Amino acid sequence: MSDSSEALATHELRHHFENMEQQRGASSMGMWVFLITEIMFFGGMFMAYLAYRYEYFLAWQEGSQHMNFWIGTVNTAVLICSSLTMVLAVLAIQQGRRRLTSIMLAVTICFAIAFMVLKGMEYHEHWLAHEFPGPAFHFAGIDPRHVEMFFVLYFVMTGFHALHVLIGIGLVSTMLYMNERGHFSADYHNPIENTGLYWHFVDLIWIYLYPLLYLIGHHHVG
Amino acid sequence: MATASAITAEREHYLNADYGFRSWLLTTDHKRIALLYLITITFFFFVGGFFALLIRLELLTPQGDLVQADTYNKLFSMHGQVMIFFFLLPAVPAVLGNFLVPMMIGAKDLAFPRINLLSWYLFIIGGGLMLYTMLTGGVDTGWTFYVPLSTAYLGTHVVLAAVSIFIAGFSSILTGLNFIVTIHRMRAPGMTWGRMPLFLWSNYATSIIQVLGTPVLAITLALVGLERMFHLGVFNPQLGGDPLLFQHLFWFYSHPAVYIMILPGMGVVSEIIPCFSRKRVFGYEFVALASIGIAVLGFLVWAHHMFVAGISVYSAMVFSFFSYLVAVPSAIKVFNWTATMYKGKIYYSTPMLYAMGFIGLFTMGGMTGLFLASLGVDVHVTDTYFIVAHFHYIMVGGMVMAYLAGMHFWWPKITGRMYPESWGKLAAMTIFIGFNLTFFPQFILGWTGMPRRYHAYTPEFQVLNVLSTAGSTVLAVGYLLPMVYFLWSLRYGKEAGDNPWGAAGLEWKTASPPPTYNFEETPVVTWEAYNYDDLPKEVPVVG
Amino acid sequence: MFPNFPIWPVRAATSASNLDALFIFLLLVTGTVTLMIFILITLFALRYRHDLVDKPTPILGSLALETTWSLVPFGIFLIFFVWGAVLYFQERTAPPDSMEIYVVAKQWMWKLQHADGQREINELHVPVDRNVKLIMTSQDVIHSFFVPAFRLKQDVLPGRYTTLWFHAIRPGTYHLFCAEYCGTQHSGMIGSIVVMNPAAYEAWLSGGGGEGSLASTGQKLFQQLGCGSCHRSDTQGRGPNLVGVFSKPVLLEDGRTVVADENYVRESILNPGAKIVAGFKNIMPSFQGVVNEEQLLSLIAYVKSLQGSQQAEPVSNRPAVPNTSAQPRVK
Repeated sequence: MSDSSEALATHELRHHFENMEQQRGASSMGMWVFLITEIMFFGGMFMAYLAYRYEYFLAWQEGSQHMNFWIGTVNTAVLICSSLTMVLAVLAIQQGRRRLTSIMLAVTICFAIAFMVLKGMEYHEHWLAHEFPGPAFHFAGIDPRHVEMFFVLYFVMTGFHALHVLIGIGLVSTMLYMNERGHFSADYHNPIENTGLYWHFVDLIWIYLYPLLYLIGHHHVG
Repeated sequence: MATASAITAEREHYLNADYGFRSWLLTTDHKRIALLYLITITFFFFVGGFFALLIRLELLTPQGDLVQADTYNKLFSMHGQVMIFFFLLPAVPAVLGNFLVPMMIGAKDLAFPRINLLSWYLFIIGGGLMLYTMLTGGVDTGWTFYVPLSTAYLGTHVVLAAVSIFIAGFSSILTGLNFIVTIHRMRAPGMTWGRMPLFLWSNYATSIIQVLGTPVLAITLALVGLERMFHLGVFNPQLGGDPLLFQHLFWFYSHPAVYIMILPGMGVVSEIIPCFSRKRVFGYEFVALASIGIAVLGFLVWAHHMFVAGISVYSAMVFSFFSYLVAVPSAIKVFNWTATMYKGKIYYSTPMLYAMGFIGLFTMGGMTGLFLASLGVDVHVTDTYFIVAHFHYIMVGGMVMAYLAGMHFWWPKITGRMYPESWGKLAAMTIFIGFNLTFFPQFILGWTGMPRRYHAYTPEFQVLNVLSTAGSTVLAVGYLLPMVYFLWSLRYGKEAGDNPWGAAGLEWKTASPPPTYNFEETPVVTWEAYNYDDLPKEVPVVG
Repeated sequence: MFPNFPIWPVRAATSASNLDALFIFLLLVTGTVTLMIFILITLFALRYRHDLVDKPTPILGSLALETTWSLVPFGIFLIFFVWGAVLYFQERTAPPDSMEIYVVAKQWMWKLQHADGQREINELHVPVDRNVKLIMTSQDVIHSFFVPAFRLKQDVLPGRYTTLWFHAIRPGTYHLFCAEYCGTQHSGMIGSIVVMNPAAYEAWLSGGGGEGSLASTGQKLFQQLGCGSCHRSDTQGRGPNLVGVFSKPVLLEDGRTVVADENYVRESILNPGAKIVAGFKNIMPSFQGVVNEEQLLSLIAYVKSLQGSQQAEPVSNRPAVPNTSAQPRVK
């Protein structure tokens, strides 16, 4: 470690840590533990979804045929790409390439916004088709009450996921801003790494939501 | 420690390092945050206790003549919600844990001091909303929020109460997260896992539960709120949902939450008994691993709250079996504490009296738990006063005794002052007697069939109810006493010195009250926990 | 024992006697261990008081002791577990010869219907020495049917049926409590179970309500609602023939098989699209909001009464014409 980076490192070392390594270890472990709590949070909804899928199988099948398969698929691709650019941003800052880091963070934000726009279009479609649960809900096929419940869980799960995407956009934007202000370097980039972990988690949740909501029922349509 | 007092007068420590509201409200010092929590939860303890007294007064007579049925339902609901979410859950972890975890491992602070402060603010916001709920009419769901009652039938502030608990839940999650990372990453050189005090092991186990369980409660309450506000069918059968799913999700958190409430208390007792027996705890490894065992097994027993709820016979059997399994580590702990006293040199100081009271009451709570884990017996006694007595023996007899034991044990460290020992002993005895008088009759009430949450009851239950109410007044006096003499000691108490009990543990190796960063220099640990063999055989301060 | 200070509830059913035996066993075992711990703590506290002991003896622990006090309690726990589980299993399995009584709970009363047509509110008359099975549901929130003298309790849920059975052994009047918090007047939702000698019970039966049996009420309703136009007792109906269906397995359109119990019949009336019998179309309208809980129970009692007592043979409950062009399969 050169003198200047050591000076920078001590500047970034918070008072209660012994050294940078301990600080980095603590902060990334903190992020992991936080993500475990997030998994448990979504886990409750996944349990509800699976329990009801077993109980009201026909309604669940019916419901997932009313998903927009193409928007769901494109959104999956968009999120996977955003994860890639996020990894590249972390890699770039590890090598100290600040400019590239900013570009990659910006691209990640663009993907995330694209995801939100597509999701919004999809919600709008459901709204027009009277598939939004509540008084306006209308469904002509079998077992409308439980199909409505499918949509309740669909909106709650994707809604909470979208909320996490929004928070992610906020975090990545903050990283972009801080990076432009020169906060990060090859020696200190913990926050970007943690933002990356968070972003991959958001992606991962979608990787589970996509097959559960879009694919299982779609298959049966044949 | 006569020489120390002159020095303490000028010495800078965490209490006098800075003055003014700002220095407290924006502090990131774990010790100051612990005191912020202490003030907050003490307030909520007396609010919840006030409700409890009104409940007991109402039950003096069978007719239900003191308050209306609605009011009574609000009283027991808010008693439960306040005591569980705003007193018991944070009591030992957020007050004593916050103060002691970094000191016991030889660190300057928790891993995330700002998150620690954030967690107190979340707690305050949650608590504020709970107060607002109470002042604007209250809530009468019970603490359990069972659907469809809560989502479709009650006209009270259900959503507000749920939001307040949701927010307080995140405070609990963040505390747990902070402890886990701190214990993993911030231990002083030489402080291996095998040398950690048992208080840390039990807080670590608690944190695992907080981190894994609380988010499930959060999403469950969120779904309840959505169902109630927008009529989105999730649990209500009229909208197509399944009310049993709610119970599963609720108890998936709320059973382990019982261990959030008792495990830290077990940790406190594991510190105090060795100190006042002047010897190492019997079977350290077993006591440590029992904490982890309880945390893990605790997640596999939730449906024992649902034996009569309409679940299948076979799943009930599985959950009954696991409930017996989780009783084994608790039994191990009780036996080990008892064995620690064998051939010791026992001092009857106030913390030790509380700790012995804890063992007794926790044993009775645990033993009656064995009745409840047995399927056939549970069918009869569940949802009766037997349950009420059982969990009060665990939570009040267990946790509150342990909390008070801990407060008396570490009060000299926290404030640098001694409380009056004879008053401490008197309070401990009063609480022990008052507690048994209040709650033992409730076992009999439950066994003879009095259901819980009854505003009015049939006349044959009156004698026992009167006994219980009489006991509760004794208990109330018992709880007020420490409040008074603790405050008194802040000004008039004797100087405590660094280690008035001659106790082992890093927290006793620094000054009382400790300096802002806990230690003048990072300690290096070369000894095992509870090395009382190397310490003086006498407790320096004997009451 | 003491009328105003009971310490042991009355024993009025076989389930109570069984449970009391286990409870006494538990009391003895846990009482002994608790007492042992109390005595040890007191003894140690007195014997090793600091001024009596010069120097504590360091003891690290003992693997043998730890193993003993882990395994021995676990062994004892296993006895508690098995004994309790056996009782629970018995409590949950009604003998086939039980007389059935339907219970509808609502905020804040119990409505009970006998098969013979008698209706009661907050009071249930049953004969001694008979197996009685309760089939229970709730109109609103969750309640719980609790009879301390029988040591029995079962939650009563909206939207489904739960059951409870007992065999009363002692005539008398016993408390019925709601044990699951159900709103404002929860503590007012109490009633009584009157266990009667057979003769007295017969007298009571002949004395009350003459509306005809529950099944006949159900039959009238079945006709009023026009159910019979599709659910005909031959094989030509647009809906499945209901004769002899009850408690038999039914093959569904999606390939699953369910047993036609109370919960299935209920769901088929309120939410016919949820489980369609193989070979039939989803054409039945929902009767959600059309029939109330008590009417539902009478319809179920009627369907139950169709156990091949009609002219049709039990085998004809399977649709005979599932694949003709007149019966296109549901997509």
